[in-house]
Amino acid sequence: MVRWAVILLAWLVCGASIAQTVRVGSKKFTESVVLGEMLAQLAGSSGAEPVHRRELGGSRILFNAVEAGELDAYAEYTGTLMRELLAGEAIGSPEGLRLALAERGLGVSGPIGFNNTYAIAMLPERAEALGVRTIGDLGSHADLRLGFSNEFMDRGDGWPGLAGAYGLGGLNARGMDHDLAYRALAAGQLDVIDAYATDAKLAAYGLAVLEDDIGYFPRYDAVVLYRLDLAERAPAALAAMLRLEGAIDETAMRVLNERAQLDRVPEAIVASGFLGETLGVSTVAAVESRRARLWRTTREQLVLVGVALGAAVMVAIPIGVVAARVRLAAPVILGAVGLIQTVPALALLVVLIKPFGLTATTAIVALFLYGLLPIVRNTHAAIVAIPPDLRESAEAIGLTGFQRLRWVELPMAIGSILAGIKTSAVITIGTATLAALIGAGGYGQPILTGIRLDDFGLILEGALPAAAMALVAQFLFDGIERLLTRAPASR
Amino acid sequence: MIRVEGVTKRYGDLAAVSGVTLEVGPARPMALIGPSGCGKSTLLRLMLGLLTPDEGRVTIDDERITASNARSLRRRVGYAIQAGGLFPHVSARANVELPLRAHGVARSEERIERLAGLVRLDPGLLDRPPGELSGGQRQRVALMRAMVLEPDALLLDEPMGALDPVVRAELQDDLKSLVTELGTAMVIVTHDLAEAAALAPDDIVLLRNGVVVQRGPFEALRRKPSEPFVSDFIGAQTRRVGVLFASGAP
Repeated sequence: MVRWAVILLAWLVCGASIAQTVRVGSKKFTESVVLGEMLAQLAGSSGAEPVHRRELGGSRILFNAVEAGELDAYAEYTGTLMRELLAGEAIGSPEGLRLALAERGLGVSGPIGFNNTYAIAMLPERAEALGVRTIGDLGSHADLRLGFSNEFMDRGDGWPGLAGAYGLGGLNARGMDHDLAYRALAAGQLDVIDAYATDAKLAAYGLAVLEDDIGYFPRYDAVVLYRLDLAERAPAALAAMLRLEGAIDETAMRVLNERAQLDRVPEAIVASGFLGETLGVSTVAAVESRRARLWRTTREQLVLVGVALGAAVMVAIPIGVVAARVRLAAPVILGAVGLIQTVPALALLVVLIKPFGLTATTAIVALFLYGLLPIVRNTHAAIVAIPPDLRESAEAIGLTGFQRLRWVELPMAIGSILAGIKTSAVITIGTATLAALIGAGGYGQPILTGIRLDDFGLILEGALPAAAMALVAQFLFDGIERLLTRAPASR
Repeated sequence: MIRVEGVTKRYGDLAAVSGVTLEVGPARPMALIGPSGCGKSTLLRLMLGLLTPDEGRVTIDDERITASNARSLRRRVGYAIQAGGLFPHVSARANVELPLRAHGVARSEERIERLAGLVRLDPGLLDRPPGELSGGQRQRVALMRAMVLEPDALLLDEPMGALDPVVRAELQDDLKSLVTELGTAMVIVTHDLAEAAALAPDDIVLLRNGVVVQRGPFEALRRKPSEPFVSDFIGAQTRRVGVLFASGAP
C-alpha cells in the first residue's frame, strides 16, 4: 500500500516536471508574434509544454501579466522597458534595467541582435515635394496630417515626448490602428505615420524614413523578458529560449516579418523554419486549419457571450427593480451603470486583469459590466411606466410588495425587459471581439490577425460569424418576446 | 363600519381633505360628490389606507389603519376605480382571482360564476384579456374583482366615469340592486349629481376644497341648501339636464 503511494507520488512529481508548462506571450504585431512562436517552440524543444498567448492588447498588458505570473516570458524592447514600462525609475544603463527588473522577479536576456527603433515615415514623393528630410522639418508644415498607432500616441517615449523634443506640439496628430495607418498613408489620407525599423511594410510600401536628427529615439534592442523563477521551474526551457540571444539581426528580422506579413506564411512555420536553419533546432509548428479555427473561435465566443449575458440578466433585472422601487437609488444606479459604458474597453480590460488575470474571466467580467445598462434601464423604465392607477389597484386589492412585482410589474414590463436583453446581447456579441486583446479568443482573434496581416479574408472570418451571431440572437429574442407577450395567460 | 374622524391630508401647503368626519355603515350607500379637486378621491383613498392622514384617524371596524394591518383590513373592503384598473397582461378571470391568490383563498369556479351573475356579465367573456372587452364589461369585471373576497364595504371611485350614458344607466341599476341585495356598505365617488342621487339618495356628501359643505339626503340638499355653493352646484347640474331635454336629446 505504502509502496504504491510512493510510486504514485513519484509518478506525479515526474509527470509534473515532464509536463512543466511554459507560457509565452506576444503583442499584436507580426514581429512579436513570430518571436513569441520561436520562444514557445524553443521551450517545447526542451521538453516543456509550451502555451503561446498570441496577440495580446499592448506592452502594459504583457508586462503586468509576466509580473503577476500569468506569463513566463515574451519578447520586449529595451527602449520600451526604460522609457515606458519603467519610465518612473529613470533607468540609464542596461545594468540599471537588470536590477529594476530583478526587484520584480523578472530577468532579461542579452540583445537578440536587432534594434527595432521607432521611425517616422512618409511617402517619398510627398516628403520631397514638401522638402521634409528630418523629423524637425515637420514643424514648418502645420497642415500635415499625422496618424500614429494608438500606443505611440499614449506612450511617454512616443508622440508626447517626440513633439516636446522637436517642438511639434502645434501639429495635428491622431491615433489609429498601426496597420490601418499604412493603408491610409498609401491612399493619401495621411502624410506622416510611425513605423518600426524592422517593419516589413516599411520596405514594401517604399517609405522614406525621416532622420531623427537630435537622436530622440533610444535603442529598442529586442530582448527576452522572463520570470526569474523559470530558472528553477523549467531551467531547460529557459536555456533553450535564451538561445535567441544574438541570433537575429535587423535584416534577418525584416525578412522574417516579410514572410509572415506579406507572404502570409503562418508565424509558427516562419519561426520553425528559422530555428531549424539558424539554430539547428527542429521544432513542431502547430498550424490550425481554417475549419478548426472557426470552430474554436465560435466556441470561445459563445462562452464569452453566454456567460456574460446570463450573468448580466440575473444581476441587471433585480438592479432595475430596485431602481424603480427605491426612488432615491434610481439616479445613483442608472448613473453608475451608465458610467461603466463610458469606460473604454481596453482601459476596463487592463483594470480587470489585475484581479482576474489574462483569462476569459476578465473578458467575461468586462462584457458583463457593459451588458448591464440596456437591461437595467429598460427594466427600470418599464416598471416606472406602469400607470399609477394600476399600481394603486394592485395595492388596494391586497397584493404584497413581492406579489405586485411577481404578478403585475414584471409581467407587464417583460416586453421592455426582453428588448433590453436583446440590445445587450447584440452589444455583447460585438464587444466580445475585444476579448482577443487579452488573448481570451473569440471572433476578435481572426479580426485582429487579419488587420495585422492586412488579410481581408481573415477579417471576414471573424466579422461575418459575429454579425451572424448577432442576427441569430436578435431572431431568438424576437421569438421569445412574441411567445411571452402573445396572449395573456388566464392565470 | 369605516369611520373617518377629523381627518386632514395635505399635499405641501394645500389641504386636499380638511377636518372631515364621517362614518360608513351597511344599508345606506354614501356618495361623495363635488367639483374636481374637491378632495373626494383623496377621502376615498384615506378610507382604504392607500393614503395616511396627517391629522385625525381612519378606522375599519374600530381598528385604526396602520402600515402593518392595512393589507388584512383591506380584505374586508372592495375597491374599484374609473376604467376598472384591470391588469392588461392577464385575462379578466385572472384579474378577478388575483385577490384570492393574494390572500391565499382557494379559487372557486362556483364563486366566479355567481359573481358574474350578480354583475350580469357573460362568464364566457372572462377568458378574454381586458383589452378585448367593452368599457361596461371591464367595469363589471372590476366590480367582480372588488367583491370576490365578499367584503363588508365597496369603495368605488368614479366607477362609471368612462362609460357612455346608456351603459352607465344599466350599470347603475345593476349596482344598486346588487348592493341592496347583498347589504354591502358602499361609498361611491362621483362628480355626477344624477348618479349620486340614483345610487345613494339618502346620504350625499358634498365637498368643496377638502371640506364637507353639506351632508344629507338628496332632497334635503335640493330644498334646503346650507349655502349658495350647494344650490349653485345642484342648479348647474340640473340645468344641464334640462337643456338636454329641451333640445330633444334622448
